[in-house]
Amino acid sequence: MQQVDSADVDDLALGAAVLGCGGGGDAHLAKLMLHRAIDLHGPVPVVQAGDVPADGLVLPVAVAGAPAVLAEQFPGEGDARRALEAMQRYAGRRGVAVLPLGIGGIRTLFPLVAAAEVGLPCIDADGMRRPFPRLETTLFTLAGIDVSPVCVVGALGNTLVIDATDNHTGERLTRAAVAELGMVATVAAYPMNGEQCRAHAALGSLSRCREVGRLLRAIHSGTPGAHAAFLASTGAQVVFSGTVTDVLRRTSRGSTRGTATLEHLAEPDRLLRVDFQNENLVVTEAGRAVATVPDAITLLDVDTGWPVTTDSVTYGQRVEVLVVPAHERWREPDGLALGGPRAFGYDLDYVDRGLPV
Amino acid sequence: MRTLRVGVDVGGTNTDAAAVDRDGTVVARHKATTSGDLMVGIRQALAAVLADVDRQAVTRLVLGTTQAVNAIVERRMLARVGVLRIGAPATSLVPPFTGWPGDLVEQAGGPVAMVRGGHDHEGKELAPLDEDAVAAFAAACAHRADAVAVAATGSVVNADHEQRAADMLDRLLPSCTVTPAHRVGGPGLIERENAAILNGALTGVIARLVRALGAALRELGLDCATYLTENDGTLLTADRAARYPVRTIASGPTNSMRGAHHLSGLDDAVVVDVGGSSTDVGVLSGGFPRVSTMPTEIGGVRTNYLLPDLISSALGGGSVVRPAPDGGYAVGPQSVGAAISTDALIFGGAVLTLSDVSVVAGRTAFGTVPASQLPVDGPTAAAVVASVDRRLAELTDRIRASAGTLPLVAVGGAAHLVPDELPGIRAVVRPADGAVANAVGAAVAEASGTAHRVYRFDLTSRRACLDEARQLAHEAAVRAGAAPDRVRITRIFEVPLAHLPGDSARVVVTAAGPLAEP
Repeated sequence: MQQVDSADVDDLALGAAVLGCGGGGDAHLAKLMLHRAIDLHGPVPVVQAGDVPADGLVLPVAVAGAPAVLAEQFPGEGDARRALEAMQRYAGRRGVAVLPLGIGGIRTLFPLVAAAEVGLPCIDADGMRRPFPRLETTLFTLAGIDVSPVCVVGALGNTLVIDATDNHTGERLTRAAVAELGMVATVAAYPMNGEQCRAHAALGSLSRCREVGRLLRAIHSGTPGAHAAFLASTGAQVVFSGTVTDVLRRTSRGSTRGTATLEHLAEPDRLLRVDFQNENLVVTEAGRAVATVPDAITLLDVDTGWPVTTDSVTYGQRVEVLVVPAHERWREPDGLALGGPRAFGYDLDYVDRGLPV
Repeated sequence: MRTLRVGVDVGGTNTDAAAVDRDGTVVARHKATTSGDLMVGIRQALAAVLADVDRQAVTRLVLGTTQAVNAIVERRMLARVGVLRIGAPATSLVPPFTGWPGDLVEQAGGPVAMVRGGHDHEGKELAPLDEDAVAAFAAACAHRADAVAVAATGSVVNADHEQRAADMLDRLLPSCTVTPAHRVGGPGLIERENAAILNGALTGVIARLVRALGAALRELGLDCATYLTENDGTLLTADRAARYPVRTIASGPTNSMRGAHHLSGLDDAVVVDVGGSSTDVGVLSGGFPRVSTMPTEIGGVRTNYLLPDLISSALGGGSVVRPAPDGGYAVGPQSVGAAISTDALIFGGAVLTLSDVSVVAGRTAFGTVPASQLPVDGPTAAAVVASVDRRLAELTDRIRASAGTLPLVAVGGAAHLVPDELPGIRAVVRPADGAVANAVGAAVAEASGTAHRVYRFDLTSRRACLDEARQLAHEAAVRAGAAPDRVRITRIFEVPLAHLPGDSARVVVTAAGPLAEP
């Protein structure tokens, strides 16, 4: 992948939604942003992590905020530039490339908008290989890379630079700052060099999103064998196909928590429960967990072929429950401690489904 | 005594009218052909129905139409709309009209400005409204826009800036129709703004129809209240429809489903409406159409309207049947449409249509040429009808949400194409006046009101917040004309807002009830 142009946007957004695990924000809004950025600045150059100069400054970026608030009050032009300039001022040197902090929904596309705005290439990689709601839950924290300085730009142009003692504290302070700035902010964090990025980021993330989107679109257009090709290429397993018979949702400490209950399409006696907190986290059948975070759990609407978000899952939808393997680093003991089911409050061990890496 | 309600539905092929009495019985009906000048079909259908009833007894006339959606899809008769976005410097990454089809912007796109102001998710002012910038926008719009849309960040929670700017523009641009977005759309700035722009673009379309309808009523000596139906199948006064035309975009299919509910008495059922050129399949849930959970696009523009969840297929009574290369027969998507009464074989025409095949197969009997004289043999007709049955079974299966079986209501002029048995369907119901179900749905439409609110449940209680929303919806329904003692809550929609402080949720409550009799 050399660049992202207008023709790539739909596939990227669709793939990002699949890897968004039911969360990750409104991909449509992100699509509009990226289309416009490409209209204004031309196609966004994409580089592989291995091609970034080893000592060059890499600028990871994300947009923070609740999807419902983002839908009303998304960033303005120049917010990403201000965040990235703050980071470069703090580092005392110019950056060479932008890096998506995570994948899924708006997280995949916004960094490309930021890259277009500052005229830098975007690296085909990311720090999570899925969305996590907390700034500290990254492959970079596992690698001992400092989250600070975190540069936070609010929707009205205010900039905060947070220099925290550790990544966990950095997450807490950033969360408080975002709340104070109106619940939407552009965030740059984890300044690192090209060598660190190559060694620790999840590689090929943008290419992967685009490929997943392309394969899913083939299913939409009814291409024979498309479903099998989709599963083979993503390494995804279908753990259940069922109709949503119940959805419970409530908000707790700022996140949407809830469960969806599914009745198997062919065997109505089989019930499946999906637990979510913004993203789908645990899948349980007959009291036994069959899939857990950090693997990516996505519901796909059988009738439309579109990924279903945790905000939009509704009674009566017919869905396929897909499990896409997590990045190998998340499946090691320290990765599971930071991003496994216990990190989300479930008294459960990670269910290793023996998925390909 | 004035007890009759008349419904008119203007479809692509036919214009139907039905008169319904106080008990809900259809006392007169007529099917006319839709022509280029819509009023021709409307006048003809109305005159035919009124000939059979005491026109002094008509209390109201309700029009359902796909005019608005057709105008957008076909890019016809659209007004030029200036757009004022309130919320800068935030939101400038996606200016108004981003992602719109170019040809639509070319026709409907006017001056655009993004000015400071707006409110956050709790309704707190983000920045003072920049009134000088609003005035400058008004100056830019003079002679360059027929209508203006105003959309402010947070206006669903607090519409103060949006309404203030709209009032200013009303004064400064007296010849422009001004649409504040919170009057036509819900949460989601871009989608709400899009709805306001579409509303502005449609300014003349429904207004012209309403004026022509008024003239037709005077000619016919009909003195009664006139309404259009809204997307949810409830009533909108003709004046308000002219003001908020975008709210009528889905009235066609909704009316047919509400009519199917009324005629069959079923609250939960699959509805299959087979017209001249197309078939719509939807689901009734509690007597109302189940709405789509997918984002809705109208003419390539994204909105957040809750539109009926429909599957459509190019399959109708006028669908052309041709031999296929594989030795079988292909059905549609071409249709003779309104020309069925001249072009179909059963009327002495030269085109083999699905209606001809249905007659030979014994599903129905009409036309001027007897089945025995048609150049189609029984086995061929049976094979074509079986292939149509399979398509209908597939559509029905796709729309059916749960594993349980549902009854099916077959309506529309070509409902004879629906077989008596379909997988997962308990029974196929064919109401006597199903051919004009859409006009019946319009005639029996109820008045409704909706309350949109974002609440923090932890400040009082969830129950108190929902009670307040129910009360607001009830009051809105009564303001719209519903009989206060017959209003009921038809929909409660509650979405927790992730990451918001406290226990926040968006609550949408709709109430509806039959009109209070004068």
